[in-house]
Amino acid sequence: MQPPVDHYLFLSALLFCIGVAGVVTRRNPIVVLMCIELMLNAANLGFLALGHHLAKMAGQMYAIFVMAVAAGEVGIGLAIIVALFRTRETIDVDEVTELRL
Amino acid sequence: MSSHALSFLVLAALATGTALAVVLHRNPVRSALYLVAHMLVLAALFLKLSAQFMAAVQVVIYAGAIMVLFLFTIMLLNLGAGEIERKRFSVGFISAVVIALVLAITILGGAVWHRGLMQIATPVRDLRMGGTAEAVGFALYDPELPWLFAFELTSVILLVAAVGAVVLAGRRR
Amino acid sequence: MTGALVQLRTAGLVWAIPCLPLLGFLAWTFTGGRLLKLFGEKTGKRIVGGLATALVLASFVLSILVLLDLLGHEPERRRSVVPLLPFVGDVPWISVDTVQVYFRGLVDPLSMLMCLIVTGVGGLIHLYATGYMAHDKDYPRFFAYFNLFIFAMLTLVLAESILLMFVGWEGVGLCSYLLISFWYEDMDNAKAGNKAFIVNRVGDLGFALGIMAILATFGTFSFHTADGKGFLDLASQKLTANGALTAGTASLIAALLFIGACGKSAQFPLHIWLPDAMAGPTPVSALIHAATMVTAGVVMVSRMSVLFVQAPAVMTAVAVVGLFTAIFAATIALTQTDIKKVLAYSTVSQLGFMFLGCGAGAFAAGMFHVTTHAFFKALLFLGAGSVIHSLNGEQDMRRMGGLARYVRGTYWTMIAGWAAISGFPGLAGFWSKDAILGFAAGVSGIGMALYVVGTITAFITGLYMTRLIAATFWSSPRFDEQATHPHESPPSMLFPLGVLALLSIVGGLVGTPWANRVEHFLETSLPSASLFAPHEGVPVVAGLVIGGLVAVVAMAAGAMLYGSRRAIESESRNAFAVGARHLWYVDSAATATFVRGGGRFATILWKAVDQGIVDRLVNAVAFVAGLLSEIGRGLQTGYVRVYLTTMLAGLVVMLLWAFMLAGAK
Repeated sequence: MQPPVDHYLFLSALLFCIGVAGVVTRRNPIVVLMCIELMLNAANLGFLALGHHLAKMAGQMYAIFVMAVAAGEVGIGLAIIVALFRTRETIDVDEVTELRL
Repeated sequence: MSSHALSFLVLAALATGTALAVVLHRNPVRSALYLVAHMLVLAALFLKLSAQFMAAVQVVIYAGAIMVLFLFTIMLLNLGAGEIERKRFSVGFISAVVIALVLAITILGGAVWHRGLMQIATPVRDLRMGGTAEAVGFALYDPELPWLFAFELTSVILLVAAVGAVVLAGRRR
Repeated sequence: MTGALVQLRTAGLVWAIPCLPLLGFLAWTFTGGRLLKLFGEKTGKRIVGGLATALVLASFVLSILVLLDLLGHEPERRRSVVPLLPFVGDVPWISVDTVQVYFRGLVDPLSMLMCLIVTGVGGLIHLYATGYMAHDKDYPRFFAYFNLFIFAMLTLVLAESILLMFVGWEGVGLCSYLLISFWYEDMDNAKAGNKAFIVNRVGDLGFALGIMAILATFGTFSFHTADGKGFLDLASQKLTANGALTAGTASLIAALLFIGACGKSAQFPLHIWLPDAMAGPTPVSALIHAATMVTAGVVMVSRMSVLFVQAPAVMTAVAVVGLFTAIFAATIALTQTDIKKVLAYSTVSQLGFMFLGCGAGAFAAGMFHVTTHAFFKALLFLGAGSVIHSLNGEQDMRRMGGLARYVRGTYWTMIAGWAAISGFPGLAGFWSKDAILGFAAGVSGIGMALYVVGTITAFITGLYMTRLIAATFWSSPRFDEQATHPHESPPSMLFPLGVLALLSIVGGLVGTPWANRVEHFLETSLPSASLFAPHEGVPVVAGLVIGGLVAVVAMAAGAMLYGSRRAIESESRNAFAVGARHLWYVDSAATATFVRGGGRFATILWKAVDQGIVDRLVNAVAFVAGLLSEIGRGLQTGYVRVYLTTMLAGLVVMLLWAFMLAGAK
């Protein structure tokens, strides 16, 4: 028998929060992006679990689109990082404070 | 304990472990590799959920394309320097961890609070339902459902992303 | 008198009476300078001045035609309402709910009398001004203002509604200001213009309130309407828009209107602007501050006479204020050394006489005096202008003297004016003053007191006028005859003097007690006998004899006291003389209280209120805004991770909230 949906959702939430912790804590921008990927994957897991549980195709549909958009987002994100840190000495997110008031 | 429960537990533990490794490792390259592992574990979980198509796509796209892109960028552009040592338990670090924990508790607590989600559905044998590529295809390309339009839009998004990446990362003439 | 309105054959001409001078104003404003450039200065000035005068005289001719038409009807029916806008007919100016105001004129004896005076005497003064102002560089501007004034004054007297009259009222006030400050480069002239306008404004407040009271009481601004609903129609039947007209209401309206009249006609305490108004060119003083504008108050009171006679207390006040002003100004005139100032205070005094007559209920007598005063006062001012002109600008009588042999024409016309104003038997002033004093004596209770004080004032009048004539023309010159060659004025100035002298001599004969054409003529415009009838307090002959004696004795006494060469230079030390010389301190009191007090008040408002309170408040608001911004700024650290953390915190809060709400259901 399948484990109840609770468990999948619990796991999804846990992975999501791990991802959040990573985003907030790490200072290397690449790692931050990777943690964002963690969050997205956790969300996908949740979508699919619920979709399976409620017997709807919507879950998989959402998951597909999340994946597609994540792909695009990673491309742009990496391009930004490259552009931003190309001319700097450091690769530290804390050093980029141009938008400070 | 049933085989399902056991396999789930193992896979959950692996997923959590790799995720933690991604977050905690100093070296970005190592983090990236752990992320690849994490995605493969998730693909297995997807299989458990009878989402076969999604599992395949996860491996091919996520692990195969996106993570490869990550690794290429890290290595080719030499952005993989380790982070400078700094105080492990600084204020920022602690507050970040605290907030993440709070978030977790909130989400999970809320989920527990609302047990209305917990009806058990009986799976129905239907070609259009399920995790097969066929089923996904029926759902995705059905003109009466909204997903077709979203699909087309996604292609535009990807085009924009590709163009944007070229513009942003390209060298100034 | 109530009566239906008649249709005049000349109704189509009336609009031209005020509009011809208006045309002149527009023409000289826009083309004056160009004409001078086009035709050269001398010819250009001739064209401008000549046409300006011609326009006024054309209005005079039209006024005569309309008057003759009016006289063709029986006395009770001499009233007509005509449209004042050419070609467009009867366009309403204000049309709100139940109140309609049109650009209409009221043609009746009172308005036509004033039209004749304004255009007739006005035309003569225009002619005089072409000579007097001939060397002025702002010639076209002068005649533009002069024509505009005639237009405004005619609007005032011809108005069919009190609102339109107020428009004319304000218009003449404006022109007075413009003309007093005509030579505006001199700051004192500008200040005099300001003083005139501002003091007038005080009176105008009363007038405006009175107009509002009229609307509230009678529901209309019109004097007379075809259906008998004009407020003068209603008032003469002792009615209001709904119900009876009480003495209280009539008194309120009359009192407010009288305040307005005091402002315009320079009665105490609003008289202070008139002597300062002498800063303007002499033709201005003659036309505006002697013959026409200042009499507007008397005209207005006479027009509203049906209201006034139903407010006995106000009538008494009018008479008393008028008489007090008369004697007050007369004493001051006795001490002045500037020839124009003497005449200015004399005007104030004579205006007081007119109000005395009105207050006694003898509005016809008051208007009679307006007419005769227009003749001899304009004459005296124009003559004074001629003297000033001959001495190249000298106005101080202590530097005149012996001019009789130099300016013959001016001298003899001035003699006529002097005799007329002093009340020499048979001349114009004699009859009109006698009428006023006679009716004043007939006021119940205080009549005799009024008569005695009035007669004393007439005596003083004779005195100060004789002093003026003596100082200016008699004995021997107190100036260097070789340096200034006094020369006679050109014909353009002498001709009006002659005409006015003639009118001053015979002009009073229409108002003798035995054949008072004036009273008979004005009957239609004044209250009917059933409403109020003034009566003589002294026997007719006795009054004439006393008046004549007083005049002759005053003139003789004046000749004795002031005939010597040095008389004008002596300054008496006794209390009366000192007080009078200082204008009885009214001007200084007004300056100290209102001008300086106002300045101090304004400074307080500036420093304490505007800077202290308002500015501080505004700055405080800005400061608070800045403070909040500084706080907000703290959020923009520039650190990505801080932003993320903040976002997450917000997310947590929202989730908690959502769960709370969901839980509460």
